Amino acid sequence: MAETEGKPVGTAVRSYMELREELLRRDRSLRDKVVSLEEATSFVRDGDSVGIGGSTMSRTPMGMIWALIRAGRKRLTCSRSIVSSDGDLLFASAACDHMVTSWFSQGILWGVSKVMRHHVESGKARYDEWSHMAMGMRFRAGAMGLPFMPIRSMLGSDVRKQRPEAIEMACPFTGEKLLLVPALNPDVALIHVQRCDPYGNAQIDGLQFMDIDLAMAATKVILTTERIVSNDQIRRAPDQTKIPFFAVDAVVELPFGCAPHECYGVYEPMLRHMEDYVALVNDDPVKGMQQYMERYVYGPKSWSEFLALIGIEELLEAARAGESIYDA
Amino acid sequence: MLKKHNYTGAELLTILSARQLTDGQVVFAGVGIPLLAATLAQRLRCPGLTILFEGGVIGAFIEPGKLPPSTNDQRCTKRANMVLGSAEVLLLLQRGYVDVGFMGGAQVDQYGNLNSSFIGDPARPKTRLPGTGGGNDIASLAQMIVAMKHEKRRFVEHVDFITSPGYLHGGDTRRASGLLAGGTFRVVTDLAVFGFEPDKRRMQVLSLNPGVAREELQDNTGFALDFSPHLGVTEPPTDQELELLRELDPDRLYTG
Repeated sequence: MAETEGKPVGTAVRSYMELREELLRRDRSLRDKVVSLEEATSFVRDGDSVGIGGSTMSRTPMGMIWALIRAGRKRLTCSRSIVSSDGDLLFASAACDHMVTSWFSQGILWGVSKVMRHHVESGKARYDEWSHMAMGMRFRAGAMGLPFMPIRSMLGSDVRKQRPEAIEMACPFTGEKLLLVPALNPDVALIHVQRCDPYGNAQIDGLQFMDIDLAMAATKVILTTERIVSNDQIRRAPDQTKIPFFAVDAVVELPFGCAPHECYGVYEPMLRHMEDYVALVNDDPVKGMQQYMERYVYGPKSWSEFLALIGIEELLEAARAGESIYDA
Repeated sequence: MLKKHNYTGAELLTILSARQLTDGQVVFAGVGIPLLAATLAQRLRCPGLTILFEGGVIGAFIEPGKLPPSTNDQRCTKRANMVLGSAEVLLLLQRGYVDVGFMGGAQVDQYGNLNSSFIGDPARPKTRLPGTGGGNDIASLAQMIVAMKHEKRRFVEHVDFITSPGYLHGGDTRRASGLLAGGTFRVVTDLAVFGFEPDKRRMQVLSLNPGVAREELQDNTGFALDFSPHLGVTEPPTDQELELLRELDPDRLYTG
């Protein structure tokens, strides 16, 4: 294992043969992988690199993140296409001290996250910035079993200067300058989907973001799902399956598993909860965050209890809006 | 200054930005004013305008009053022609399918470089900003229109950090860095509309917005301004533009 320092991602490309050996050791058989949310936390170890599915406030595996924080995971290096309040929670709980992403705030509606600012500006946590396409090509390289992908963005910018792990080269065919971005192969990927079967055949409706590459790049995948369906149902529409079962290690049925963020076609973001959250934590990123964590993360006995704190009215409203995407 | 008009600075900014677009273009839009401006252009004059979002959307058709809170929310997909992966839609920029990239910025400089990453020294930042998102990719790979509020602290000689490249240090420096295509085409603010002089690639005032004097514009800008020899005055927003814009953003999410 290369994780002697516990921080392989962003500092090096993982060895190809080591990645293959890890895959060989995985049980890739068609078997039932259903576990509870709490049991699923055992698939993540302190110091792991964790890829997070979805983007901004969409299909965020919020329930899984919530459970990892409650389980007391520490020193995680997380990567995601775009990070929202999930990053605030990960930093404030000290579950994660290193975020690799292209954009990190609560949402464009609310300006700059004071929680992100507090942790990054004080040096308590690190935020490595890549362009959005670079993040995609890093997961893509990881999914392809290649050490890097060449891209034409980031060149000439200070974003590139901050990232010595990306390397410029002259194209051997044309002589043009290209930037090589290193593969990202997280130890674990957390992905939330609308439905999957007990084996992990996962169907994603709507925006898929970088989740397919992320799933194929990672060494382990934990799926949370709005609903577990039968394998027969999956086999009736195999073209809808976006992640194959053999890439998946654990399946957790978790309705409203992205709350207070959205899940395409099922619910929109719970904006009143988000607005209250933002007002509280941007007013005082330390005390406000503590208050929020005590009430909403450490306080509830279960995910359902957390949902009850958001409130049935807001959940129903979000669900009505979510389903309305299919209205003519 | 704008108080004597029947529109807000943000409304003017959105309407002037929308006017920069032409029918048939493929436009990669950021959330907020860029999205609103592209939608306004689409409804008003450019039915064949195609809007792309980095969340993975081709041909978005936003519903009035249902503006998405980011470019990654389900509302972005309403009546779209296609949804696809985020990397796939960003790769369309690299392949060259996109006519115009359209975004906002926290800080811009005389060469059209944008900063949305750090205020102050990046090693010990005074403020850590959210970062590039797809901004760097859009600015690196497409002709770009920037829409932003005009303030002296936002219009600086050199940005603290180049998040999204304009013409870098002017002249041929953008191309020399390996960025072969694209570049900042227009900067639209609530005070004026800017282009870039073709040799030095320095910002140049193309037209002053209604009621704005040269001196006022210079006073609100952190570097010495060049004025186009054909300096014009921006046409004020029409009733039709204002009416439709207010229909699109009735809650004033982005135009308040």
